[in-house]
Amino acid sequence: MRKGLHFGDADIQHGADGRLRHLLSMEGLRAGEILQILDAAESFLEIGQRVIKKTPTLRGRTIVNLFFENSTRTRSTFELAAKRLSADVLNIAVSTSSQSKGESLLDTVDNLRAMHVDGFVIRHPEAGAAHQVARHVGGEALVINAGDGQHAHPTQALLDVFTIRHYRGPIENLVVAIVGDVLHSRVARSQIYALSTLGCPEIRVIGPRTLVPAELSALGVHVYHDLDAGLQGADVVCALRLQRERMETHRLPSQDEYHRRFGLTSQRLEKAAADALVLHPGPMNRGVEIASELADGPQAVILAQVTHGLAVRMAVLTLLAGALGGEED
Amino acid sequence: MSTKPGWEVEPLLDAMMRSLAPWRQEAETGMIGIYTGGAWIARRLHAAMGLDLPLGEVDISFYRDDFSHVGLHPQVRASHIPFDVDGRQIILVDDVCYTGRTIRAAMNEIFDYGRPARIILAVLVDRGGRELPIQPDVAALRLTPVSGEAIKLTGPEPLCLELRQVEGRP
Repeated sequence: MRKGLHFGDADIQHGADGRLRHLLSMEGLRAGEILQILDAAESFLEIGQRVIKKTPTLRGRTIVNLFFENSTRTRSTFELAAKRLSADVLNIAVSTSSQSKGESLLDTVDNLRAMHVDGFVIRHPEAGAAHQVARHVGGEALVINAGDGQHAHPTQALLDVFTIRHYRGPIENLVVAIVGDVLHSRVARSQIYALSTLGCPEIRVIGPRTLVPAELSALGVHVYHDLDAGLQGADVVCALRLQRERMETHRLPSQDEYHRRFGLTSQRLEKAAADALVLHPGPMNRGVEIASELADGPQAVILAQVTHGLAVRMAVLTLLAGALGGEED
Repeated sequence: MSTKPGWEVEPLLDAMMRSLAPWRQEAETGMIGIYTGGAWIARRLHAAMGLDLPLGEVDISFYRDDFSHVGLHPQVRASHIPFDVDGRQIILVDDVCYTGRTIRAAMNEIFDYGRPARIILAVLVDRGGRELPIQPDVAALRLTPVSGEAIKLTGPEPLCLELRQVEGRP
């Protein structure tokens, strides 16, 4: 995780009228806006249980999923979210796009703008890609960052705080521990901003020194290099996916060694609060950052996170689409 | 904003109940209130009428026909219809019937749960000004406010119905 990663000083997430029109990072989002999204997501969760799981909210709108990185969960939940809001959806994956022919990101976006699309959901390996697109399109279309490099993954953080609030009530009363490769994780970075904006009294980050450096405490989090100490009394434990390429860069000894020291198991979890909730953004490395028996056990809410992700993405699309056609800058 | 003396809500609720009597079938009739005011009225009617099916409540935020102009309502509640809508007689309750657009949105939402046999519309106040061919079956009070006047139900305890003069409009 890079500190102070900014892409221009202007607040491009909000329009001149103060309304949220792009979702690029959790940084800069007001608590009231996050709560509005979470409340709307509760409504969409109910709609997801109906026989007809659709609302007319985005009828006539076109949303493009522009994915320059592989994703199953995020891309399919964004697609389904837009479809359930009655929008038309275009899915563009890098392998089938003209990016491989050397077209630039903004050229791709301009071609889609010429088709009068209303929104872009962007995943890109480079930090700041979604910001670049948002600055380019201004108020003409909504832009949602679905993960950019090691920078941010705001809808993942929103679905995580939604899940935590759904099962455990207000964030203001909870101790939350994030375990794993915090340094390189866009998920962790967004989680930390979301939790602190919602008034989480104690955010802990746990992992080896190479992946959880002490400097992270500048973000207002408590840094632990010992799993048992970090889990002590935690109400919520968020596991992070261990990127295998970290082994290759010698930041980690081996998967087995990592699992022995920082892998979550039911036994290690005994240190946490008795009913501690276990989250994982997926895809899981079973037996590395999390043991199968824990991932499939009663305290894990990993599949509920997927259901919640759909509801949260419907809420975000609805909020941003509602600000379309407002005051232009 | 100035407020004129309001109306007693209790007698109006009694009047609604009397008018709804012909449609009352304890075991079969469902009732749905529209957030926020309609849900307050519906809770009172539902309890007083002794209907067997639990009360439903809908928030029409995602069904509004002016969504693309006004955006998402700052406070959205989850809709909840705890009975099977299919083939059922439903009393739809709102506080004020004005343009008819809220009722249209609510009916669209109800149809996403199933196909009701019949929907009966019951409102506290019919204030005219319809923009769609929708009329209440039951209205306890019929008013014709002049331009610039707004009818507002506040609650839930106590329920107060007021005619307000909206400033800045002739």
